[in-house]
Amino acid sequence: MSAPMRDVAVVSFAQRQEASIPGESEVEFMVPLMEQAKAAVDLTQADMGFTCSGSSDFLAGQAFSFVMTIDGTGPVPPISESHVEQDGAWALYEAWVKIQCGGIDTAFVYGYGKSSPGWLRDVLATQMDPYYVCPLWPDSYAVEALAARLMLEGGHVSERRLAEIAARSRASAASNPHAVRVEPKTVDEILAEEHVLDPLRPSDLPAEADGGCAIVLAAGDRARELCERPAWIRGMDHRGDAHTLGVRDLTSSMSARLAAQHAGVADDKVDLAELYGPFTTSEHLLIDALGLDEDATAINPSGGALAAHTMMASGLIRIGEAASRIWRGDGDRAVAHATSGPCLQQNLVCVLEGD
Amino acid sequence: MLEYPFTRSTGPVIGAFLTGLREGVICGIRRADGTVLCPPLEYDPLTAEPLTELVEVGQSGEVLTWAWNGEPRPMQPFDRPFAWALIRLDGADTSMLHAVFADSPSDMSTGMRVRAVWRNEREGHIADIAGFDPVDADLS
Repeated sequence: MSAPMRDVAVVSFAQRQEASIPGESEVEFMVPLMEQAKAAVDLTQADMGFTCSGSSDFLAGQAFSFVMTIDGTGPVPPISESHVEQDGAWALYEAWVKIQCGGIDTAFVYGYGKSSPGWLRDVLATQMDPYYVCPLWPDSYAVEALAARLMLEGGHVSERRLAEIAARSRASAASNPHAVRVEPKTVDEILAEEHVLDPLRPSDLPAEADGGCAIVLAAGDRARELCERPAWIRGMDHRGDAHTLGVRDLTSSMSARLAAQHAGVADDKVDLAELYGPFTTSEHLLIDALGLDEDATAINPSGGALAAHTMMASGLIRIGEAASRIWRGDGDRAVAHATSGPCLQQNLVCVLEGD
Repeated sequence: MLEYPFTRSTGPVIGAFLTGLREGVICGIRRADGTVLCPPLEYDPLTAEPLTELVEVGQSGEVLTWAWNGEPRPMQPFDRPFAWALIRLDGADTSMLHAVFADSPSDMSTGMRVRAVWRNEREGHIADIAGFDPVDADLS
C-alpha cells in the first residue's frame, strides 16, 4: 500500500529513554507516558478508536507480558486493541491501516522495552534461525560485524565514514534530553577506539536504553482540531528480506529500498530523516537505500539509535521525533524509518508532511 | 531459566540436515535455478518454492566474511577465542554461520579455506560441528 485513502496524522508524542530504569516495571514507567501523550491532546482512553502496542516477551521474560501494560491504559469500558511482537512502529502501521478501513478517527499506539536486566546483544540471538544459528548464540554485535567487514572490504564504506556517522550522532544527541550517549567525540578519537568485535568499535554500536513512547493518531478534521500543525502520514510501507543471512546481500538493503519506493520518499524534497540504524553500518546502508542526500536532508537530528536505543520502541520514537519537528516547523517533509531483525532484515518507511 | 514443555518436529529437510550431521555428513538442497542452499531450507527464501532435492556438500569451504570474538559469551558453545564466519562450503552457493578456530585475528582473512571439525559424540545438532579449522594453504 502506498497512497493512503484517508489523511491520518501523528498529533501527540511522549517518550522516555534512560540508560536503565531500575526499580520500575515496564507498566510503571509506561502509565505516566501514556497519560502524558493523551493529556497533551485532551483525550482519554475512551476517546481512542483503537489501541495497538509493540513489545517483546523475550525482554520481559514472561508470556503475554503486554497484557499488563494494556491494563495500564485504563481499558474500562472494554477497548478495541491489538499487539505486535515487533517494534511499536509496526503497531502504528496496524493502527493506520485500521483507520484507513474507516469507522474510527483516532488511535493510540505505544512501544516499550526494558533491556537492562539482561544482555540485549545475547537475547537478540534468539531472533535467529532456531536450528541452524541460535544454538551457537551469535550476539547481535557479532552478526553486524560480519556485515561490516563485507561492507569495508568490498569498498562499500570506509572506517572513517563510519566514524563520521558516529560523531554526527554524538553531536546531535547533545541537544536531545532523551539521549544516553551524548559525550562529543571527534572522528579521530572514534577511530582510535579499541575494537569491541573487530571491525566494530564502541561508537559503532547502539546506545542501549530502557524506556518507551506513546503516540496518538487522528484522521482528517479530528487531527486539525487536536493539533495546530498535524504531521500527516503521506505514505507508509514495510518490507522484509530473507531471514537467512547466508542468502542475502548484507552490503545493501533491498527491503528498505522497496519500502522507501512504495512510501514515496523520492516524490519530493526531504528536510529531515529519522533512521533507526542500530549500528553506524546500518545508518550508512539506510541513507543509500532511501536515496537521501546528506547535503539537503538533516540525518537523525535526535542522534538516532546510536544515541539511545530502546528495543521495541526505537522505530516508533523515530516517527515521533520526525512528527514533532513537523509540528514545530523545523521541516515540512520528513522521513521516519524503523527496522527489526538481524542486519536490517525488516524495514518500515513513513513519510510525514506538514500543511 | 525460561523453558517450554513441548517439543517440535524438525521436518523433512531440516531433520535430514540434522540427521546428516549426526552421521558426519553435511547436506544442502538444490533450488530451481540449480544452485545449492546450505544449510538447506524447506522453501526457497527468495521465491518461496518448495525444495526437495537434498545433496551432499563438501566439508571444507571458503570464509566469505568474519568477525573476531575475543571472549566467548556465556551461552556460546565455544571455550576459547574464535572468529565468527560466514562459510560457503564446496558445492554450495550460499553460506552458513559458524566458528573458525584461529589463534588470533591476524590468522584470519576473507577468502581463507577452512575445514569442519566434528565432535566425537554427535546428536543431530548444529553444534555437532564443533567449528572449522583453518586449512594450511600449502597443504591443501
